[in-house]
Amino acid sequence: MLDIKRIPIPALIGIVLTALFVLAAIFAPLIAPYGNAEIVGDVWEPMSATHLLGTDNLGRDLLSRMVYGARITLFIAVLATALSFSLGAILGFSAAVFGGWFDTLLSRLVDLLMSIPTLIMALVVLSVLPTNLVTLILVMGVLDSTRVYRLSRAVAVDINVMDYVEAAKLRGENEAWIIFREILPNALSPLVSELGLRFIYAVLFLSTLSFLGLGVQPPDADWGGMVKENKDGIVFGIAAALIPAAAIAALAISVNLVADWVLNRTTSLKGGRG
Amino acid sequence: MSSPIVKLVAQRVALGILLLLAVSVLIFAGTQILPGDVAQAILGQSATPESLANLREQLGLNQPAYVRYFHWLGGVLTGDLGTAMSSGQDIATSIKGRLWNTLFLAFWAAIVAVPLAIILGLIAVRYRNGWVDKLISGLALASTSFPEFFIGYVLVYFFAVKWQIFPGISTVYDGMPFGERMQAIALPATALTLVVLAHMMRMTRAAILNVMQSAYVETAELKGLSAFNVIRKHAFPNAIAPIINVVMLNLAYLIVGVVVVEVIFVYPGMGQYLVDHVTKRDVPVVQAVGLIFAAVYISLNIIADIAAIIANPRLRHPK
Amino acid sequence: MADNKAKSGLLLDIRNLRIEATVFPPGEAPKNIVLVHDVSLTLEKGKVLGLIGESGAGKSTIGLSSMGYGRGGVRITGGEVILNGRDILKGGKEGFRKLRGREVCYVAQSAAAAFNPAHKLMDQVVEATLLHGTATRAEAEKRAVALFKKLSLPNPESIGERFPHQVSGGQLQRVMTAMALCSEPDLIVFDEPTTALDVTTQIDVLAAIKDAIRDTHVAALYITHDLAVVAQVSDEIMVLRHGRLVEWGGTRQIIKEPRQEYTNALVSVHEIEHQEQNPGTTPFLSVKKVTAAYGRSHIKVLKNVSVDIYPGQTLAVVGESGSGKSTLARAITGLLPPEEGTVTFDGRPLANRLADRPKEDLRQLQMIYQMADVAMNPRQTVGTIIGRPLEFYFGIRGRERDKRVAELLDKIEMGKGFIDRYPAELSGGQKQRVCIARSLAAKPKLIICDEVTSALDPLVANGILKLLLELQKEESVAYLFITHDLATVKSIADSIAVMYRGEVVRYGAKSKVLAPPFDAYTDLLLSSVPEMEIGWLEKAIKGRRMASAGN
Repeated sequence: MLDIKRIPIPALIGIVLTALFVLAAIFAPLIAPYGNAEIVGDVWEPMSATHLLGTDNLGRDLLSRMVYGARITLFIAVLATALSFSLGAILGFSAAVFGGWFDTLLSRLVDLLMSIPTLIMALVVLSVLPTNLVTLILVMGVLDSTRVYRLSRAVAVDINVMDYVEAAKLRGENEAWIIFREILPNALSPLVSELGLRFIYAVLFLSTLSFLGLGVQPPDADWGGMVKENKDGIVFGIAAALIPAAAIAALAISVNLVADWVLNRTTSLKGGRG
Repeated sequence: MSSPIVKLVAQRVALGILLLLAVSVLIFAGTQILPGDVAQAILGQSATPESLANLREQLGLNQPAYVRYFHWLGGVLTGDLGTAMSSGQDIATSIKGRLWNTLFLAFWAAIVAVPLAIILGLIAVRYRNGWVDKLISGLALASTSFPEFFIGYVLVYFFAVKWQIFPGISTVYDGMPFGERMQAIALPATALTLVVLAHMMRMTRAAILNVMQSAYVETAELKGLSAFNVIRKHAFPNAIAPIINVVMLNLAYLIVGVVVVEVIFVYPGMGQYLVDHVTKRDVPVVQAVGLIFAAVYISLNIIADIAAIIANPRLRHPK
Repeated sequence: MADNKAKSGLLLDIRNLRIEATVFPPGEAPKNIVLVHDVSLTLEKGKVLGLIGESGAGKSTIGLSSMGYGRGGVRITGGEVILNGRDILKGGKEGFRKLRGREVCYVAQSAAAAFNPAHKLMDQVVEATLLHGTATRAEAEKRAVALFKKLSLPNPESIGERFPHQVSGGQLQRVMTAMALCSEPDLIVFDEPTTALDVTTQIDVLAAIKDAIRDTHVAALYITHDLAVVAQVSDEIMVLRHGRLVEWGGTRQIIKEPRQEYTNALVSVHEIEHQEQNPGTTPFLSVKKVTAAYGRSHIKVLKNVSVDIYPGQTLAVVGESGSGKSTLARAITGLLPPEEGTVTFDGRPLANRLADRPKEDLRQLQMIYQMADVAMNPRQTVGTIIGRPLEFYFGIRGRERDKRVAELLDKIEMGKGFIDRYPAELSGGQKQRVCIARSLAAKPKLIICDEVTSALDPLVANGILKLLLELQKEESVAYLFITHDLATVKSIADSIAVMYRGEVVRYGAKSKVLAPPFDAYTDLLLSSVPEMEIGWLEKAIKGRRMASAGN
C-alpha cells in the first residue's frame, strides 16, 4: 500500500526530520558526546571540532544539551498531547452521541475555558501551582483538550446525522457499535491530522512556558529553556540561543509536513468520502 | 437599521458581559485550585509560622473563597485592583503606564499587519495555485511553526547586533519623543507583525476564496464584468464580514504574542509585568492582569461577532 | 446586437466543439479527460434548441461554451463557436467580456445561489445592461419592470427593491429570466431553470419563460434532463450522452419517432408494466390518526394522518416539499415519536419510540434513503454493509454469510465481484441497489422507500423501479413509497395517499385516486406533471385558468 516513491518530497523531508528528532530523543545518552549538566569548557565557546555547536552560558556542551533537550521536549509534548487528545476526543464523542445536559454542560465549560487565551490561563494557574513535570503536563493537556473536544464533537455531530448512522440506529445497533464502527472510522482522518497540529502546539506551548521561566526547571532544560539560558548572549552577537529556537521551528515544520500529507492520504483512500 | 440587528447586537453584548463575569470567576478559581495551603505553597517549606500567618491575613485566606471573590470583584469594578504582594504597590497605578505601552505596541503591529495580510491574501487568491500563492502558503506554514522567540531573536541578532539599525532592547519612558519611541518599538512591532501575519493571511485567503467560488460570482462573470469589478462589486461586499472576523480573531491572538515579545525585548508592558509576577507568585497582580487580558480578548471576539451580524444582508433586510 | 437583429438567419454555429478538463484522481498523476467530443450544432435566430441528456452528458458545458465560459478548469480545446458571424473563441478575454451579458445571457439552475445576497434585485437585473451601455438606468429599470410584469411576478413595480432572500425560489427564477432578458440579448442559455422547483411551481415558471421567449424573439439553448419539460419549450431537441451527439431533430420527431435506441429509452422511461392489486382485507400496518411535530414546536408537521399498508403491496405517498411525507416515514420508524395516534403492526401496536421496539419489529421495517451516498458507511465494504443485517438479526457469520451476501448481490443484478468494493467505487445506481440489498437482507415485511429514485438519472431510476417491482413479486414485501414524482407513482403504486401541508388530502386505490372527480390540490398536482406531448403546457395552463375562473 505504502510506496515510498509515491510520498511527496515535502512529506519525505518531514518524515526523515521527525524520525531524526525522535531517534535523538530515544538514544540521547548514546548520542550525546558529553553529559547533560557537565561543564566542559568556557562560557559560550564558538563552534569547534570538540564542541560541534559550541558551549552554552555555563560552559556546557551545546550539542549534548540539545540532544537531551530533545528528549525532554518530546517527552512532555507527547504526554501532554496524549492527555489532551484522549480527554478531548472521548468527551467530545460522548457529548455528540449522548447529547442532552451532558453535552450542554461540557460545551459551555469549554466555551468558557476557550474565551481566555490559553497562555494567559496557563500563567494564571502556574502562578500558584508547584513547578514540576506533572503539573506542566496536566496544565498543558487539560487546557489544550478544549480544542480537541470542539473538533471531535463537531466531527461526530456531523457524522451522527448521516443516513448511515440513522440506518444503524433503525437496525437497532447499540451505542458502542455506533461510536466505534460507524462514527470513529469516519472521524479518523480529521482527528489524525489534528493530532499532528496539537503536538506542534504542545511543543510551541511548552517552549514558550519554559522560555518565560515557568516550564522545565534548571538544570534540566527543554529547548525553550535553553533559549532562555542563552538569550543574554544574543546582544553580544553569540547565536547560541538561536540553535534551540531553530530546532523547535524545524520540529514543528516537519511534523506539519507529515500531518498535511497524512490528511491528504487518508482522505483519498479507497472508501474515502467522495 | 432595523430591530433584529439591534436585538442581536444587544444579545451579543449582554452575552459578552456575562462571559466576562464567568471568566472572572474562572480566573479567581484558577488561583485557588491548589489542594494544600496557598500561603505554604507560595512561601515554600522553609517558611516560618509568623510569615505564613501574615500572608494568610494578607490574602484574606481566613475568609471563605466566595467572600474573597466578591470582595475582589467589587474592587475591580470600582477600579481598585488591590496591591501587589511583592512590592506593596497599588496595582492599578503600576498597570496604567504599562497598559498604554502594550496598546501602543499592539496598535502599530496591527496597523502594519492587517493591510499587509489582506493584500497578500488577495494576491494569493488572484494567482491561486500559481507560484506566488504557493510561496505565500509555504511561508505561512513555516511561520506558524516558528515560536515567537525564534522570530524575535533572529530579528535582534541581525538588526540590532549585526547591522545595528534598531535597538535590541526596547526601553521606553514617559515623555519620550515619538520618533525615538517608534525607533524603540521597531523590532518588537515587526516580530509581532510576523507572528500574526501568516495566520491572518491564510484565513483571509480562505475567506475570499469561499466567496469567489459562490454562484453569484459566476453570474457576475457571465454578465461580462471585468475581474476587478467582479471582486469589487460582488465578492468584496460579501467578504467584508468574514475578513473583519479574521482580523479580530487574529488581533485577539496578538495579545498572546505580546506577552512573549515583551519579554524578548524587555519592553515595559503588561505582558512582561504578568510574567514577572507569575514567577514571583504574586497572585493579586496575576489575577488583575489576567482579567484585563481576558477582557481585551473577549471584547475583540464580540466586535468580530457584531461585525458579522451587521454585514449580513439577511439580518439587515429582514423579510 | 441592434444593427443586425434580423428576424431570421443563423445565430449560433458551433463546429466540432471539443472540451477537455484536467482531473486529479487521488494517488495518480493528473490526467486529461474529454468532456465533449466534437459536437456541432446550429441555432437560428429566435429559435429554441433543447439540450437533453443525463448527468455527465456535457450539456451545460456545451451551453456555457457559447459564452466562452468553462467552469472550474474546463477548457475549450478545439472547434469553433460562431456567434453572429464571428468565431468568439478568437476574441480573447476582452471579446468574451463584451458578448457576455449583451449578446448571450445565462439563467442558472439555482437562482437563489446565483443572486448576490448583498444587492437589491433591481441593481442586479439592470447591471449587465448598464455595463454594456445599451440603455440608461431609467430605461433599463422601465424595461425590467415591464419584464417583471410579463413574467407575472407579484408587485412588479416594487419587487426590484427587495433583496434575494426576501423572494421565493420560483419568483427568483423568474427574476433571473428577467435579468437575462433585460439587456435584450440574442441568445439566452437556460441551465435547468425549473429543476430545483416544486412541480406545481415549475409549470408557472415554465409558462412564463415560454411566453417571454416568444414575445421577445430571443433565441435560447434550453438545457435539462427532463424530456417532457424540454418538449414544451423547444423547436428542436438535441440528445447528448457522454459528451457525444446521439440524435438531433425537431421536437415532434424526437418525442414521437425517435430514431436512436437511447432516445427511445428516454422517451419511454416512465412506461413500466404494473398491474394494480386490490387491497386485501386486513392491512398489516395501519397508521391511525397520527399527529407529530418537531421539538416542542406548535407547528404540526403531521396532522391526523391515517393510512393502511397491505401485505406485498405498494402504498405511494405523494406530495411536494414540506408536505410531511418524509415525516410520516420518521413517525412510522419511531425516529420521531408521534404526539397522538398509533401505528399498529400485525394487529399489535408498535412502540412509539425507536428505543422501545424489540429487535424483531425493527427487522420487519426496513428503510431505503434518497441519497445512497450517505446511506452507506464509506469505510465499510459492500460485503460488510449487506452482511451486517444477516449477522445482527440472524446471527449468520463467516462463509454462510458471504454466501448469502453473494445471493443478495445476484438478486440486485450485481456480481459477486462487488463484495470487496467500497461505496465510493460504485455508480449512483449501484449504490442504491446495495442499499436495497441491505434492506432485503433483513427479510422485512415492509420497506420504506424515501425518494429513492429522485437523485438518479431517469434511465437509472427506471432500472431501480423495475428491480423493486420484481423483488416485490419474489419476496412479497410491501413498500411505503415516498416521492414527489407522480410519474413514478403511476408506474408502481397499488394505492396512493396525496399529502399537502401535513394532511392526507386524498387516499385510496391508485385507479380511484387518479380518476376524477378530483379535489383541488390533487387536480393541481396532476395537471402540473409535464407530459411528453407537444402543447401540453398550454392546455394545462388553460385548464388552470378555467378552474380558477370557475372557483
